[in-house]
Amino acid sequence: MNTISETTTQPRVQVLTSSTEERTALINQLGSIRGQRARQRRIILAVLSLLVLSMVIASLCLGQTNYSPAQVWQVIQGHKVPGASFTVGTLRLPRTAIALIAGLSFGLAGVSFQTLLRNPLASPDVIGISTGASAAAAFAIVMLSLSGTVVFFFAIVAGLLVATLIYLLSYKGGAAGTRLILVGIGVAAMLESLISWVLTQAGQWDLQEATRWLTGSLNGSTWAESIPALIALCVLGPLLLSQTKYLDSLQMGDDTAAALGTRVERTRILVIMAAVGLISFATAATGPIAFVAFLSGPIAGRLIGNRGSKLIPAALIGALLVLVADFAGQYLLGTRFPVGVITGVLGAPYLVYLIIRTNRAGGSL
Amino acid sequence: MPPRELTVHNLKVGYGERTIIDGLELAIPPGEITCIVGPNACGKSTLLRSMSRLLRPKAGQVLLDGKDIHRMQPKTLARMLGLLPQNPIAPEGITVADLVGRGRQPHQGLFARWSKEDDAAMAEALEVTNTVELADRPVDELSGGQRQRVWIAMALAQGTETLLLDEPTTFLDVSHQLDVLDLLTDLNRQRGTTVVMVLHDLNLAARYSDHLIALRDGSIRAHGKPEDILTAKVVQEVFGLHCQVIVDPSTLKPLILPAGRHHMLEHTRL
Repeated sequence: MNTISETTTQPRVQVLTSSTEERTALINQLGSIRGQRARQRRIILAVLSLLVLSMVIASLCLGQTNYSPAQVWQVIQGHKVPGASFTVGTLRLPRTAIALIAGLSFGLAGVSFQTLLRNPLASPDVIGISTGASAAAAFAIVMLSLSGTVVFFFAIVAGLLVATLIYLLSYKGGAAGTRLILVGIGVAAMLESLISWVLTQAGQWDLQEATRWLTGSLNGSTWAESIPALIALCVLGPLLLSQTKYLDSLQMGDDTAAALGTRVERTRILVIMAAVGLISFATAATGPIAFVAFLSGPIAGRLIGNRGSKLIPAALIGALLVLVADFAGQYLLGTRFPVGVITGVLGAPYLVYLIIRTNRAGGSL
Repeated sequence: MPPRELTVHNLKVGYGERTIIDGLELAIPPGEITCIVGPNACGKSTLLRSMSRLLRPKAGQVLLDGKDIHRMQPKTLARMLGLLPQNPIAPEGITVADLVGRGRQPHQGLFARWSKEDDAAMAEALEVTNTVELADRPVDELSGGQRQRVWIAMALAQGTETLLLDEPTTFLDVSHQLDVLDLLTDLNRQRGTTVVMVLHDLNLAARYSDHLIALRDGSIRAHGKPEDILTAKVVQEVFGLHCQVIVDPSTLKPLILPAGRHHMLEHTRL
């Protein structure tokens, strides 16, 4: 005997669509939030660009001897200005140009790596890629007495090799973030000792060279050094920026990204190659200016919040960090410090903070 | 828009040297809810992953309206076929609205220009999943049930007629499991969205699916309406589980009563 009624009740379907007015209000609300954020983003980018520009002008005008912007402008135009032509034209201009190019490159490459590997510690200067490029450049210059484009070639090959090596060493059915970072830190330490060894083998122990390849320095910058780095930035920078959307989607995991139409492997390879290229070229010009790549992304993240991608803001922050640190190192501290020492002092506490924080949270690195 | 036909033809797929599925044929009934069930490592997720292009088949094809999905532009496919993977990651600090907005990616150009259409799709996804109130909250702070609604909202914002879900109810407590499955049913009934999901819980699968696929060792052992195919014999064959199948008095769908070694009354021992 079946006591159960054979008729099921009508399903209580939750009506999914609300009234048109409510919907329109919500759409408008979403639209206005978006518009507001876009405006705020433009303001942040404009302010950062202005700061970078003023630092560029300050680095050109101010120093042991101060020149007016008008004098500097004359030098840039190629007029002969007594004193200024040498100080500004030969010393400050290439130095500032390299600071700008390297800062943008480090910032952009750093944030790309951090986003791709979903970890702020996965910056190329922490996981040994900058150190690899630096070791190769130091080896080429000090041991092989090479100069010019060949050095850049050495740096980029070494950068890519180190990236591949770290990837292979940490690969175990899919490269895991934490393992990759730990392996990278180990590789960085090894390469640093290699740099020290290269420097001791040099004919004369040149302190300037040493600081350059160990922590990064802009001393003795020349135009010849800036050109390859500039070309790399102009080619690889836009390439990286074109991947912004796909890079951001990878933060949600490979599967989600693929479901949203991202070509996961292609994006990953493009981003790694472009970021390693940027880092290597900039490092061959300045040495591995400590922690700029590492710091730029998180600072940009704090500033930009949920107002879109961090890539461009991080590049600007990178430039600002290098310009300010170099200026401070040269003129504000009594003794002259190379730029990498200043950025190192800024970056090291943040590295310690990050490690303590992740440790407290009980998380892995 | 008429629902799209998702079919699998002579599919061979696996990882590295290992083949998980070989020669599988399948037609997903358009506009219905299909659940894939089976024991662990039977190839459920593998099948779902190859149907959504996450895995490239070694042989055979997955066809959407007759077109091989592996030959389509990823973006084109992403506008027609949505997928909610098993473990999606919410970027640190992202708000609900922003995460749902990410679902619009396949509808935007290289430099994500936001359009009125995007806002409309987002608004609809938030409303449908009942997450409007959560829009400004960071996803990290939500409960498991709320988070799953938000991920479904993201997949909805993608605006696809077919939605694949890999175990959408794992890690949820019973009431939230029902909540998610009710939501998916609402979507199916009101919009005609074709839903295909892998489910662990056999009884929930029996209740919520129009079409049930039982998989074992990479091949389909039974498929059809749950009330037609779900017998004690099939459950024994697919899951290796002794059970009784009765009619669920509240839904008239099949209800599995598994038998264990303990607690069974003498006359029910099999």
